[in-house]
Amino acid sequence: MNKYLLYPGCSMESSAKAYMESMNAIMEPLDLRFEEIEDWNCCGATEYLGINLIPAYSLIARNLALASDQIGRMNGMGRTRTVVAPCSACYLNLAKADYYMQERPSLGVKVNEALAAGGLQYKPGTLDVRHLIDILVYDVGLEKIRGSVTRPLHGLKVAPYMGCMLPRPDYQHRWSDHEHPTELDDLLRALGAEVIDYPLTTSCCGGHMTQIGPETAFELIRRLVADADDRGADLMATVCPMCQMNIDAYQNEMNHHFGTDYHMPILFFTQLMGLAFGREPGELGIGMELVNARNALARIGVEVPITQEPSGPRKKDEGLPMPRRWTRHEVRKEAVK
Amino acid sequence: MPQMTDERVRARLTREEDLSLLHEVSMKTAGVSHLEMCIQCGTCGGSCPSAMDMEHTPRMLFAMLRAGMRDEVLRSNTQWICVSCYHCVVRCPQEVHIADVMYTLKGMAIKAKLYQDSTAPDFSQTFVDMVETYGRSFEFGLASRHYLKHFPLRLPGMAPMGLGMIAKGRMGIKPKKIRRMDQLKAILERASQLELTS
Amino acid sequence: MNQEKIGVYVCHCGTNIAGVVDVEHVAKWAAEKLGRQGVIVARDYKFMCSSLGQELIEKDIKELGLTRVVVAACSPHLHEKTFRTAAKNAGLNPYLVELASIREQVSWVHTDKAVATEKSKAVIAGAVSRVIENRALEEIKVPINPNTLVVGGGIAGIQAALEIANAGFHVYLVEREPSIGGHMAQFDKTFPTLDCSACILTPRMVEAGTHPNITLMTWSEVTNVAGYVGNFHVTVKKKARFINEELCTGCGICEEKCPKKVIDDVFEAGLGYRKAVYAPFAQAVPKFPVMDKENCTYFLKGTCKACEKFCPTGAIDFKQEDQLVHFDVGNIILATGYDLFDARRVSNYGYGRLPNVFTSLEFERLSNAAGPTNGNIVLRDGKSTPKSVGIIHCVGSRDKNFNNYCSVICCMQGLKFAHLVHERTGATVYNFYIDMRTAYKAYDEFYQRVLEEGTLFVRGKVAEVTNAARDEREKGKLIIQVEDTLAGKQRRIPVDMVILSSGLQPRRDSKEVGKQFGISCSTDGWFTEKHPKLDPVATMTEGIYIAGCAQGPKDIPSSVAQGAAASARVLDKILQKEVTLEPIKASINAEKCSGCRICNGLCPFNAIAYIEDDNVSNINPALCQGCGTCVAACPAGAISGTGFSDEQIMAQIDGLLLRTLEGV
Ligand SMILES: Cc1cc2nc3c(=O)[nH]c(=O)nc-3n(C[C@H](O)[C@H](O)[C@H](O)COP(=O)(O)OP(=O)(O)OC[C@H]3O[C@@H](n4cnc5c(N)ncnc54)[C@H](O)[C@@H]3O)c2cc1C
Ligand code: SF4
Ligand code: SF4
Ligand code: SF4
Ligand code: SF4
Repeated sequence: MNKYLLYPGCSMESSAKAYMESMNAIMEPLDLRFEEIEDWNCCGATEYLGINLIPAYSLIARNLALASDQIGRMNGMGRTRTVVAPCSACYLNLAKADYYMQERPSLGVKVNEALAAGGLQYKPGTLDVRHLIDILVYDVGLEKIRGSVTRPLHGLKVAPYMGCMLPRPDYQHRWSDHEHPTELDDLLRALGAEVIDYPLTTSCCGGHMTQIGPETAFELIRRLVADADDRGADLMATVCPMCQMNIDAYQNEMNHHFGTDYHMPILFFTQLMGLAFGREPGELGIGMELVNARNALARIGVEVPITQEPSGPRKKDEGLPMPRRWTRHEVRKEAVK
Repeated sequence: MPQMTDERVRARLTREEDLSLLHEVSMKTAGVSHLEMCIQCGTCGGSCPSAMDMEHTPRMLFAMLRAGMRDEVLRSNTQWICVSCYHCVVRCPQEVHIADVMYTLKGMAIKAKLYQDSTAPDFSQTFVDMVETYGRSFEFGLASRHYLKHFPLRLPGMAPMGLGMIAKGRMGIKPKKIRRMDQLKAILERASQLELTS
Repeated sequence: MNQEKIGVYVCHCGTNIAGVVDVEHVAKWAAEKLGRQGVIVARDYKFMCSSLGQELIEKDIKELGLTRVVVAACSPHLHEKTFRTAAKNAGLNPYLVELASIREQVSWVHTDKAVATEKSKAVIAGAVSRVIENRALEEIKVPINPNTLVVGGGIAGIQAALEIANAGFHVYLVEREPSIGGHMAQFDKTFPTLDCSACILTPRMVEAGTHPNITLMTWSEVTNVAGYVGNFHVTVKKKARFINEELCTGCGICEEKCPKKVIDDVFEAGLGYRKAVYAPFAQAVPKFPVMDKENCTYFLKGTCKACEKFCPTGAIDFKQEDQLVHFDVGNIILATGYDLFDARRVSNYGYGRLPNVFTSLEFERLSNAAGPTNGNIVLRDGKSTPKSVGIIHCVGSRDKNFNNYCSVICCMQGLKFAHLVHERTGATVYNFYIDMRTAYKAYDEFYQRVLEEGTLFVRGKVAEVTNAARDEREKGKLIIQVEDTLAGKQRRIPVDMVILSSGLQPRRDSKEVGKQFGISCSTDGWFTEKHPKLDPVATMTEGIYIAGCAQGPKDIPSSVAQGAAASARVLDKILQKEVTLEPIKASINAEKCSGCRICNGLCPFNAIAYIEDDNVSNINPALCQGCGTCVAACPAGAISGTGFSDEQIMAQIDGLLLRTLEGV
């Protein structure tokens, strides 16, 4: 049994309830246990940082301090140093704060001065902040995930959408690549889904621009939805509440703005995992999306023969050969160089 | 992990008068900004997903910082259009912490009241107020309140979405309050007296 | 008071030293305060290293009978030899001269005159105490084997081998690939004159292949090097070719008949095919093919032997085995060249993902008349001609995420490509650059020419290459997204083909090769030269030289020049017939040595061997360069170094702390 501390983040309680429900539904089959950080507070998203730096980092660091405190109180056996954040923005804020306090020690000193006013302290670098999908791919492992699949997603064409705040800036070198990471692709393939080649996988969903400059955001959303649609995706899979919200809740407005008529559902990857593990849509928050995934999901359950993914487009004899594509392991090896 | 004391950061910055702006921004940015290392290659401006809406590309902004053009820089809409996608950050050949510099510029612009459009600063402020009251945020309630103020004409179009969100149970009435709000308040109060400057 | 008569000479070095240190005062002080140490004369002079300065010392040695000399000037790196030679000329053993560095360690690093002057005194006092403990040493002379090993048969190695062979000395030229020629053999045209690469290279290759003074070993690798300057013992592994070189005429029938096609990742840069038995290209030297055991049907499945059936001379020999060859040489030149940066690492440029993104070496093969498309510049489908081409500079170079340095040749190579694309296809060509680096004879003129041809230059480092179209104009194209920094606007430029000017990087095995030959690499992995300006082809290990791109990125003219320079250095050694080795050596006291072997692996020059029978380690004085690593590491204190004995070091410390001063 793998046990971790959980930082759920504000969205998981409201707009991304579906993420929370589906995450809880896959814990048991994968032998995972998360213990919530007690009395955690908002990470500040992208807003707090622009107002005032030290308060912004202190806000984030309170969570890290609470987490290390809680770990100190755990008994030896179940001890962990990993904090799991399912939201990409939360993950980035927590991980980045931890890194910057090490890179620039004076920041750590000031933040600790502030924490002391609340009777807390945090030693930068003592925790590992990781995203949910990182835990699933690298700790649980694709083998185990594959082993839990009872209803393979054969025939479902999924656009894997990683978003931007997860693979970047990646100061801790956790991902296979900053631009075209393969973790989500691999995981979706393990569920039996057909993963389309989606070049915009780490392009931006618009972030907070839906709130402050909708026209700018609509264009970003259009690019993502249009490309997924062009490439024949049935739906998009996401790892982040903010991405889900922007693409799902604002898709209609975007269509309005451009006079288009896209219908591109976007689900959390955990919802797809739940489905593949045989859970029912109702247990996974499916149906909460505004752009409904009903038609897309009607495809699963249809028996399709297993098609082996071609190992890469390095074809022989016809035209000029392509260079061999890197495997995920090669990419990681090169990345740490 | 490369560590830099503030002395070393400062030592890299020339002390000429018109460089004081570059200096100030660099020192106020979290982590080590490497701003003085920019070679004006344009990778950042090329990477920006919303560059078309920016008055200056990030690269130009950095050149203007060097030139000491304080008001022009702080008044630019660039920092507000930045979506924190970090594309520029991982591609910058000089490891400039571009996205974090954008945060610094937002903060400085707010303090100097040098922004053309109050939408973004207001949004940030509403967000901060909410966090300082509840300890949690609640983006959707916030969004509609914010929308009402800034885009009243668009709201009718947005209404179906808002209703949809409520109907789907994705939007509560108000955020949960954390238990030890007093502790968070004390921390933030102390923090706001501290600044990361030279 | 000891018996020595010591002279102290303080140099002004123009204003280099005198600008910060009160040299006259220091000289006077030394004469007064160091008298009890044996200083009988102390002088200051404008330039001690000038012939007049040297004469001053020589005169004092002769007339005052000096037994020790201290020169307070620059670092020993520069002029130790000068002053030691002067002493020798005056009849004093050169090792009784010490240099006190008051430039690098004092005047260049301090601004406070008073403090700098005081520090100079301490440094000189240390040198005086130390020089008393110096012992007269005799130089070691060893004969030089006149044969030379050249590793790497690229243009640099070929040039070096030919120069030495033409001078009448024997060369072993060892090349890892089936043919010599290196990267240059892959190109079609060479900048800036656009000579045909093969036309200028193949005559040299043939000459090297047929020269009576050159033993050419291709498909071979050095597996062991022992010994020292003048006397290296080399072991080379000749990998089995499965071809009997005595019988093979190089007719190429085996290659024609071989049914097994493989992608050629080396010579064709992955863009073309070869057979399992192959010579990499038509003009290969030597002409004998090699059989690639990993891919040969016979070795994999046990049947085929088509080549054997058709070979008219019966030269195919499936039983051949790797062979170890031993020989001795006096000097070694490493010319192992570079590898191309792996463009897949810059994933935003899409190489390996987007078919029509090519690397520079792929483009060289594409544009080469003898390449897989007979010189037709086409897209990955093998048919369509591009109508627009984008050439991206600085791929993997000048970038802290990859290689920090500038790869030197790729701006010019990017311009060469622009010209070739224009000439052969008439396509619209864009070059994307950060800075245009064309600094060499006739290089900027070439830039002008390419400008005249209508190439569109965009100043900006490309952010990404994508196939995610945003509108109709972009559909089906590769879109280059870049900030045009001169226009201050982001642009998206749709093109059919993208060529990446990938940087040069050290050979993937350069660190291991360096260790094998006892030389070091920079942090980037390039072989380190002895002096970046004044000794660019020698290394810190006597008898080992470097040439060409193995030392750092450079173009063909510079590689050739370095090959020739390295050979001149080797010829100089050969003609001296013997070398003088510095007697600054470490030695092990066998009584004290516990046989722990800690020192064995630490020696950067592989000079320490363990003698099993006696259970002690032993230092080969000819290999030892006197670096002192082992001295510091030995837990038993069994190692001491001539020239840096404990007595010398302790005395110097005492001196530095001014403990030895009169009246203190
Ligand atoms: C795409 C491209 C285009 C270029 N165009 C031009 C141009 O037009 N004009 C110009 O002046 N320059 C050009 N250059 C630069 C040019 O390639 C180099 O300057 C030149 O090839 C360097 O020669 P070299 O002998 O040092 O190295 P290399 O050509 O790399 O030769 C090294 C040789 O050593 C062998 N070797 C390596 N390791 C070992 C080992 N351990 N044991 C035995 N053998 C070994 C290799 O197999 C190889 O044969 C270009 C470079 C590139 C990448
Ligand atoms: S990418 Fe980096 S170096 Fe290039 S212009 Fe932007 S900040 Fe400067
Ligand atoms: S982080 Fe900001 S400045 Fe950088 S590319 Fe993204 S939007 Fe542009
Ligand atoms: S035996 Fe091997 S090399 Fe010879 S023809 Fe057959 S596959 Fe080719
Ligand atoms: S030579 Fe030109 S293209 Fe190559 S790394 Fe240097 S600046 Fe970049």
